[in-house]
Amino acid sequence: MIKSLDPRITRAEIELENPIDPLKDLDQWETYEVFHQKKRGDQHMHVGIVHAPNAEMAFIFGKEQFGRRGMSVNIWVVKTRDVFTSDYDDSDIFDTVPEKQYREAGGYKVMEKINKYKKGN
Amino acid sequence: MYGNAYIDPNDKSHAIIAGEDPQKLAEFEDRISRGEKVEPKDWMPAEYRKQLIRMIEQHAHSEIIGALPEGTWITRAPGFRRKLALMAKVQDEVGHAQLLYSAAETLGKSREAMINDLITGKSKYSNVFNYPAYTWADACIIAWLIDAGAIINQVANAKGSYGPYGRALDRICTEESFHLKYGHDNVVTLATGTLKQREMVQAALTRWWPPIMHFFGPSDKISNHTEILMRWKVKMATNDDMRQQFLNMYVPKIWDLGLTLPDKNLKKNAAGTWEYTEPDWEEFKRVINGGGPCNAERLAVRRMAEERGRWVREALNTAESKYIIPLA
Repeated sequence: MIKSLDPRITRAEIELENPIDPLKDLDQWETYEVFHQKKRGDQHMHVGIVHAPNAEMAFIFGKEQFGRRGMSVNIWVVKTRDVFTSDYDDSDIFDTVPEKQYREAGGYKVMEKINKYKKGN
Repeated sequence: MYGNAYIDPNDKSHAIIAGEDPQKLAEFEDRISRGEKVEPKDWMPAEYRKQLIRMIEQHAHSEIIGALPEGTWITRAPGFRRKLALMAKVQDEVGHAQLLYSAAETLGKSREAMINDLITGKSKYSNVFNYPAYTWADACIIAWLIDAGAIINQVANAKGSYGPYGRALDRICTEESFHLKYGHDNVVTLATGTLKQREMVQAALTRWWPPIMHFFGPSDKISNHTEILMRWKVKMATNDDMRQQFLNMYVPKIWDLGLTLPDKNLKKNAAGTWEYTEPDWEEFKRVINGGGPCNAERLAVRRMAEERGRWVREALNTAESKYIIPLA
């Protein structure tokens, strides 16, 4: 038995040699992706994952892990395997023509035309 | 444009990257040199993946084992406020382990595999946690100076190239600042207290100084291995650089309190570098390989926790559970 400096460890009566069966797959459950909202009005943001056996437990773990300093007002959890993702290898799907001024506010300059028109009158 | 990944056939570091696709390696190195982060599903050299798993996993184990010597003191912490603070700190450390295990999982090693490697003694964790916390003052010195060392290491690594590790470390560093303040406050309380309190904190500091000097690890040999890991931004500072930074920040604060350190050679030289007696690296090796005063107890306690909690985890599991590698 372990004689520890910690009386609680001594009381737990732990054998010093206590080999155990290895943890099997899924012993630590599957994972959930956690999203939190820092304050009302903000977007929810992805903050990390928790391992949990169901959504309720994922919610409790998510709250403990990411909201224990009062930095969240709302939390979402979703199973990792239910998230559809794009691959970084396919990032060329975001490629586009370099000239996109026509969809920017700055691509429209009317004052020049107005001033020219006013001068003309 | 990918010039930095040219593989010189005479370069000894060649062995580390042998068999890697030169085009992919070039793109990978180019990404890192541009300061871009690597994300979980990106192509990466096998050695990059292996070293990161080893580093992040050891870091996670250190957090979870590190909670043991401190958790010991929760019931005996003097006063209600300190009990609350220490409980919060220990919970943070376990939370850090959760974040780090998750980051390592994105590289393809399951949490079960990591825990198995911990409890069988295959994986290492920070050597300091193989020493006991004899008195309350030991717990205070750990909270102040071990966490200070951890912050130096973590702030450096947070700027590394692997996205998930950096994100976990950013979150961890925020919480560590509370640990550091809490530890400093406790040490200052003892050092400015009664004669008995001063003696207690001085004795703890003297006990902990050798493990603290060991904390950053032996001098890095300037090897090809270190060179390539630094180029890949896996390792962000040498062990000696981090040790110097620690001494520079904390020795003056220790001396400010009128405490002494058990190394007569410790001084800052004219060049601004700290000189010290070389730590006993044989002792370091002996302890990290299982010969320390607490190695056996730490792992036995960890095995007990896994074993006695197993039925709960199994009871909660459902047949439709399916593990896939976490996203980020």
